[in-house]
Amino acid sequence: MIRIANGQGFWGDWLEAPVRLIEQGPIDYLALDYLAEITMSILQKQKQADPALGYARDFPPLIGRIAKQMRERNVRVIANAGGVNPIACAQAVRKIAPGLKVAVVLGDDVFCRIDEFLSKGYAMSDMDSGEPISSIRDRILSANAYIGAFPLGEALATGAHVVIAGRSTDTALALAPMIHRFGWGAEDWDKLAAGTIAGHIVECGAQTTGGNCQVDWRNIPDMANIGYPIIEAEPDGSFVITKHPSAGGRVHSDVVKEQLLYELGDPQNYITPDCVADFTTIQLQDAGPDRVRVSGIHGRQRPATLKLSVSYAGGWKATGTLVYSWPEALDKARAADAIVRTRLQSLGLHLDEIYTEFLGVNACHGPVAHPNPDPPEVQLRIGVRGPDRKAVDRFTREMIPLVLNGPPGATGFGDGRPPVREIVAYWSALVPREEIKTSIEVLG
Amino acid sequence: MKVPLSTIAHTRSGDKGDTCNIGVIAYHPERDFPVLVRELTADRVKAFFGDFVQGKVERFELPNLGALNFLLHEALGGGGTVSLRVDPQGKTFGAALLGIEIEV
Repeated sequence: MIRIANGQGFWGDWLEAPVRLIEQGPIDYLALDYLAEITMSILQKQKQADPALGYARDFPPLIGRIAKQMRERNVRVIANAGGVNPIACAQAVRKIAPGLKVAVVLGDDVFCRIDEFLSKGYAMSDMDSGEPISSIRDRILSANAYIGAFPLGEALATGAHVVIAGRSTDTALALAPMIHRFGWGAEDWDKLAAGTIAGHIVECGAQTTGGNCQVDWRNIPDMANIGYPIIEAEPDGSFVITKHPSAGGRVHSDVVKEQLLYELGDPQNYITPDCVADFTTIQLQDAGPDRVRVSGIHGRQRPATLKLSVSYAGGWKATGTLVYSWPEALDKARAADAIVRTRLQSLGLHLDEIYTEFLGVNACHGPVAHPNPDPPEVQLRIGVRGPDRKAVDRFTREMIPLVLNGPPGATGFGDGRPPVREIVAYWSALVPREEIKTSIEVLG
Repeated sequence: MKVPLSTIAHTRSGDKGDTCNIGVIAYHPERDFPVLVRELTADRVKAFFGDFVQGKVERFELPNLGALNFLLHEALGGGGTVSLRVDPQGKTFGAALLGIEIEV
């Protein structure tokens, strides 16, 4: 049995979680998932501003904090912290923790190969909209293939203390140690599916130990000290989800079910570079306090294609807010919204979208929000986006004047004009898997 | 008897681009999973959200977990970094669905 913990569900997750996972009990591998779809876009923007950046900057200082315990307790770290610049990330780790051997998985970056792919006849149409990639070709900022668990397993085989990948799948981070330690083969579909599903259960950190959980949420123990999840993986593909006993939170089949359903598509076809996992074969069993046993998982052959994560310049946006107080707060906010729209129209600005929400009334749930006819206060939130930065910037000047020249009772403008932000949009597409060749570079 | 979904099920929602997924899980699968299958059709979920969801709604069954999974297409104002919404990733869509009335 090996213990694989997840100490980071996204870049920006709780900094203390990975440290506590190492300090509070035994683990063998610490997986850290830094990348959501939109994270690659953000990292690409940072690399544009500074070619030495483009990776999860929280990661090297974290390794600095835990390097000593990693060596003492023989814990190895696997992270997709490399983002769009994994070598720079590895160098930063080596600078902070020179005694650690770092292996980097390369080959996911295909930014320079888009035209080559096009010339080979790969349409790379967007998996959501079906549009051809030619419609955004001149605005592409980054392109990375999702890498599976086998290259990460190879990196572990170098004996590195830290394995850094760029755009690996989230699930590969947990599956890779199982492949490495149990010697699973590339066609062990059931086992690979089991490891993939274990990875899915832990990839969002505390979302499987009681965080963001609807079931009995008031009584989840000690959420302030919530423990992050640990997989106790067996060579046969079965596993237990648990947490350190002294940590807060709750591991129960109800909680694990919520995470299994999180960001799920067709449950019989959970497609990764390693296999196709079938979520309808999962058997869960509560097996003692904070222990859920998972077994019975079946998988099928991996796909002949790999998915690309492409980011591209998608224009500009800004969001302006004002707060209206009782009485008639919602009516006042609505009137202010109409005024802004009239003024934007008379300015003749080229905007693709103007979107209004009334926080406290309908922002989260839109037309199905619980009726709240006389709220004590309402935040008017107007967002705009468009291809012209100047037009969006002009909008940002239309909110604060309403305090004096609009309906009564407006406040909440203390932060001044809202910032104009560039939209780095996301595109996903497929290419034949044989086009993607990975390699391992070892530092130290 | 009509009750809100929250009396027999819990939910979690998330995003894939402009598509929102909502997992609906029966608290007591043996008793209530058949109720979910019967009552919570893709058409009902589509009608419930009205013009908040522009595209189609798909439903998948996971009887082993006593759960349904819904995909709500064109539901997040463009999704990800494009959306202008306060909830561009549909994190709260699952909570909204708890209010739908079902016959038990």
